[in-house]
Amino acid sequence: MTAPMTDDLIQYLLRLGDSAMVQAQRLCQWCGRAPALEEELALMNVGLDLVGQARNWLEYAAELSADGRDADHLVFRRDERAYRNLLLVEQPNGDYALTILKQFFYDAWHFAVLQGLAHSSDERIQAIASKALKEVTYHLRRSGEWVERLGDGTEESRQRMLAALPQVWRYTVELVEADALEQRLFHSGVIGNPEQVALDWQTQVEAIFERATLPVPPAASHFYLSGRQGVHSEHLGLLLAEMQFLPRAYPDATW
Amino acid sequence: MYAQLVETGVKRLKTLDEMSEQERAFQERIDAEIKIEAKNWMPDAYRQTLIRQISQHAHSEIVGMLPEGNWVTRAPSLKRKLQLMAKIQDEAGHGLYLYSAMETLGADRDTEIERLHSGKAKYSSIFNYPTLSWADIGAVGWLVDGAAIVNQVVLQRTSYGPYSRAMIRICKEESFHQRQGYEILLTMMREGNQAQKDMVQDAINRLWWPSLMMFGPSDEHSPNSAQSMAWKIKRQSNDELRQRFIDQTVPQLELLGCTAPDPELKWNAERGHYDFGQIQWDEFYEVLKGNGPCNQERVATRRQAIEDGAWVRAAAVAHAKKKANKNAA
Repeated sequence: MTAPMTDDLIQYLLRLGDSAMVQAQRLCQWCGRAPALEEELALMNVGLDLVGQARNWLEYAAELSADGRDADHLVFRRDERAYRNLLLVEQPNGDYALTILKQFFYDAWHFAVLQGLAHSSDERIQAIASKALKEVTYHLRRSGEWVERLGDGTEESRQRMLAALPQVWRYTVELVEADALEQRLFHSGVIGNPEQVALDWQTQVEAIFERATLPVPPAASHFYLSGRQGVHSEHLGLLLAEMQFLPRAYPDATW
Repeated sequence: MYAQLVETGVKRLKTLDEMSEQERAFQERIDAEIKIEAKNWMPDAYRQTLIRQISQHAHSEIVGMLPEGNWVTRAPSLKRKLQLMAKIQDEAGHGLYLYSAMETLGADRDTEIERLHSGKAKYSSIFNYPTLSWADIGAVGWLVDGAAIVNQVVLQRTSYGPYSRAMIRICKEESFHQRQGYEILLTMMREGNQAQKDMVQDAINRLWWPSLMMFGPSDEHSPNSAQSMAWKIKRQSNDELRQRFIDQTVPQLELLGCTAPDPELKWNAERGHYDFGQIQWDEFYEVLKGNGPCNQERVATRRQAIEDGAWVRAAAVAHAKKKANKNAA
């Protein structure tokens, strides 16, 4: 692999790993506060899958970087400007309508991305993605069902979904717009076609929203922030401050 | 996690002669170690005692998630985060199948949860203590799950079939949690710096006595034990179980290189057991009454979760109805 190609790959692996990690951290914040015991189980279950996936992606990124950092170092010692996660997943949980919408938009994107990665020319990526795809198939089914229940449930649940939608919709722009790095990785066969991801995501959202009797807003457009460039919303810094507390406070400690 | 101090509502044991024919058949079945199943006849007091005990146990699993949730967002490594998340998930699962076991007795989960939120139902008093450092997560796994296992291993032979089977499954997972908890502490003691070692000793200092209290009052102050023992809901006395826990835990404490906050703790060769100091029962009863350091927060958090989630559950029910109607049409 050429050096610029490796750099692209490392950046892309950070995007995948960081998004999974930040989404899992948000799920951890629900612990003991979910609307039903069954949901406590489901939220923790999805979170566990995502931390496991994050570890796989970041271990690979660390090996390619070969600068002495490991996956734990990448998770617990990087500043927010170095994080490459989607803006969507760093947004606060809000109520369950917001949490479910975030999860669904992420899952629909995640599923489409992993489908492409399961055919990657890179064997390591192919293996990680194939395993993750099984997990995310369940995540997407679950969150899609919840969107349907809450959209087409009671008047209150519908109003809450309609209120949550504009709060997170603008962050979906990152799910459907590929940057130059992703185009390069696609042309070298490492990742799937970004246009296909965008199409699959849109199709999935439209199908579930129709069942949920929710309106699909017009496509979100780009504005200033970019998780891929490490230009985040103000929420990520606080999330990391909490998550990274111990390794930062005791830099020489083994846990 | 488990229940302590369960009312039986019975003042004294009946002899076989005093029992009705049904009661006698029931007691003889228990004496013969045949499990009672949901469809079998049982005295109402037996049923109510079990509902109280299993629901306390289930509530303990759920409330027990909160002191761990306090650190799950701050676990110090990917490995520790995965372990703690898996443990919390297991506990939610334990809660679910304990509530299911309880429902086989005709009790209703929502009603019992309501009793928890109104302060009428109890849960293990240990969860009313705060988790103040990462070492507390290790100490909770080691001491609290450890104490729970000592109790639950015996409960695998409890007379009510569904409860006994739930216990068998729960015990397997709890043993795993206990080993992980101990390993957290061992790593901090063996590979950690001074600050980490201090955290471990501090966690043990704070959680040692409350863990011993988990077995409930001494036998002489445990008025409900005799009936629970006769029904074989309970199989060994509080003091016996506490002693077993101490005997198995002290060598592990020494291996850590830590001490217990009990100057009277020492091996008694004559008894073949460790002697230990006086437990502060005043503190136990205060915590049980609701005056522990975190009682208000724990119950308030649980109540808030269920209240905030009411619209979500209502939506799920409404949607299921709509779907059923559509399918019927």
